[in-house]
Amino acid sequence: MHEIAVPGTIGGVDTIAQSFELALRMLTHFDSRLTQIVGLSLAVSLSSTLCSALIGLPLGAAVAIARFPGRNGVIVALNAAMGLPPVVVGLAVYLLLSRAGPLGEFGLLFTPAAMVIAQTVLIVPIIAALTRQIIEDAWAEYREQLQSLHAGWWQAGLTLLWDTRFSLLTVLLAGFGRAAAEVGAVIIVGGNIDGVTRVMTTAIALETSKGDLPLALGLGIVLITLVMALNVGAYVTRGWARARFG
Amino acid sequence: MGEVEIPLGQPIVANGASVVRRGVRVLDRIDVTISPRSCTFVLGPNGSGKSTLLRLLHGLIHPDEGDVTWGGETARPPLRHAMVFQRPVLLRRSAVGNVRHALALAGVRGAEAAVRAHHALARVGLAALAHRAARVLSGGEQQRLALARAAALEPDVLFLDEPTASLDPPSTRAVEDIVQAIHAAGTTIVMTTHRLAQAKRLADEVIFLEGGRVTEGTPASQFFTEPSSPEGRAFLEGERL
Amino acid sequence: MITRGLGLLLVASSMLLSSLASADNPFIVVASTTSTEQSGLFSHLLPAFTKDTGIDVRVVAVGTGQALDIGRRGDADVVFVHDKAAELKWLGEGNGVTRYPVMYNDFVLIGPKSDPAHVDDGKDIAVAFRKIAAARAPFVSRADKSGTYSAELRLWKDAGIDIAKDKGPWYRETGSGMGPALNTAAAMNAYILSDRGTWLNFHNRGDLHIVVQGDKRLFNQYGVMLVNPAKHPNVKKDLGQKFIDWLVSPRGQQAIASYKIDGEELFFPNAGSDS
Repeated sequence: MHEIAVPGTIGGVDTIAQSFELALRMLTHFDSRLTQIVGLSLAVSLSSTLCSALIGLPLGAAVAIARFPGRNGVIVALNAAMGLPPVVVGLAVYLLLSRAGPLGEFGLLFTPAAMVIAQTVLIVPIIAALTRQIIEDAWAEYREQLQSLHAGWWQAGLTLLWDTRFSLLTVLLAGFGRAAAEVGAVIIVGGNIDGVTRVMTTAIALETSKGDLPLALGLGIVLITLVMALNVGAYVTRGWARARFG
Repeated sequence: MGEVEIPLGQPIVANGASVVRRGVRVLDRIDVTISPRSCTFVLGPNGSGKSTLLRLLHGLIHPDEGDVTWGGETARPPLRHAMVFQRPVLLRRSAVGNVRHALALAGVRGAEAAVRAHHALARVGLAALAHRAARVLSGGEQQRLALARAAALEPDVLFLDEPTASLDPPSTRAVEDIVQAIHAAGTTIVMTTHRLAQAKRLADEVIFLEGGRVTEGTPASQFFTEPSSPEGRAFLEGERL
Repeated sequence: MITRGLGLLLVASSMLLSSLASADNPFIVVASTTSTEQSGLFSHLLPAFTKDTGIDVRVVAVGTGQALDIGRRGDADVVFVHDKAAELKWLGEGNGVTRYPVMYNDFVLIGPKSDPAHVDDGKDIAVAFRKIAAARAPFVSRADKSGTYSAELRLWKDAGIDIAKDKGPWYRETGSGMGPALNTAAAMNAYILSDRGTWLNFHNRGDLHIVVQGDKRLFNQYGVMLVNPAKHPNVKKDLGQKFIDWLVSPRGQQAIASYKIDGEELFFPNAGSDS
């Protein structure tokens, strides 16, 4: 990455033009350090999306279907938690994972696992809250049919999750997008260690503080391009699936 | 699950059952008995509570007063029930997948489920479309699939709520034929319709509802020739006009 | 299809994670300052150390205050910072073992070419600070728990100015790292105190350049300390001590001296001194 840095430039139109040029070069020339950073970004964000799906999808479905005292409170809390400030989450996870904290013995601080945990905390509410909305709408439509078929809560939840899978794909993308774009939490719990916990966003933050704005923006363009490509893929899949399954 | 083990001689009985929704008595002190192996049609004007009565007898809703018993039990139901709704809710799966899903919920899996699903689809003429996505089928095909799904469960009682309301005449005819075949095989049928001709063709018992009350429950032959209640008479008169 | 997709994702991401995260080498975590990382010193130094010893060094680069806190909590094995007073206090609290002076660089006063406070080319940093305060010229302060901020406060004191009392809108406290503070100064054409290394490696200079340098009071000493293994048993005592020993060895000191940007030496080794 450093080989293609362009030193000594000043802000403005030049910076932007240069950034695009850099981004294009980064996307076409596979620099091993950049590939490693992109790879780690994807691995961390995909892992946290997966963990969040395993927690958030059943949680959202449960809240959608179950009726219990305090349910409205849970819904409001989930919706509010979608806006959790990453820095606060980062700090809380930092204190939890720190050697001096309750989970210190596992030595997870400053590792990719810590980043996955922080991102999971951030996006579980997003996935759970949006899933709750989708499943609740579907439940209104499917309820009688499923009850007629003697589906228990558990079976009804699974049926609804599977039947709304294409909408839920969008939910997972929203979670992934937040995870991949987030910097405040991962920089605290990951430590932005070169080659170990440096991901796209923390690299961008670093290059910005070095004043290498074209490189920072260039990396940003690469990140956006990746997220965009993933979304296009999901959109196409969804369109195909809608046509296929109705 | 051989059919021999299933006692078919068990009626569904509503005793003074009422359903109140937002202060309105949707069903008012209903007393009806659905005899085993009958083909009972629930008739009445729009809003008379036909769909609610079906759901009550199916066990989807509970009476606010009185009770409903299935073979003498108040717990829902020792009899095997299935219901076909006016607008069938099909899952985003293949046609056969929908039938298999219902069978799995009833605890039928593996080879037996495959055989039953295949037979059910063949019976409604959908064998060729078994692997087509259910939600892209036509309206008539979807309703036949809903019937196949219900029939695959081999229910003792099959409820049908206006199953042909949005279908064209050929599809309606197809659905009627299937219902008749299922009835002939020994299944009790409880069905609502707004097509009097349909009731005349299929029904052997009629329950007439108006304003949430049962005004008469009589053999079909009697209802269509000589209804005993003024409401029933007025309804038939209205239909004739 | 979706389950298979999810399964694939799971496998792929866990494989990626493990391949990226699991280092084959033993490693230590060093909490250090943004100045050492962002000046590029570590990218020059660490490969040589790893080659000599087979030990990987994971650097968490934060402000001196936060680096000391990371060490205090036992989340790093070694702390490598530049604020002697804070370091001695930290040692006194039993957080570390011994402090080794490693090297120094110097702070420089950066300012706009227009030079509204007329301090350019001065040799006396206290005079320059007095002039800036008198002219109410924009000055960007880190205002965080960094070694640089400690040094800045010391310099205001040397200049006879009570900055806490005297500060006005001209004195802008950013609460950010060296790089972001430099970005802010560049955007505002403000004066700012920076360490030379970060400045030399900083690209977005705008209209800024060095206005005062070379005053003895701008001396910036770096020290390295092992986190106290008696307090935190997880500390990799032997590996960490190897890193410290290497830094103060002739080989490490020579490696520090050989790091240059545009022919300029950034850090001056002085292990064994009493700095």
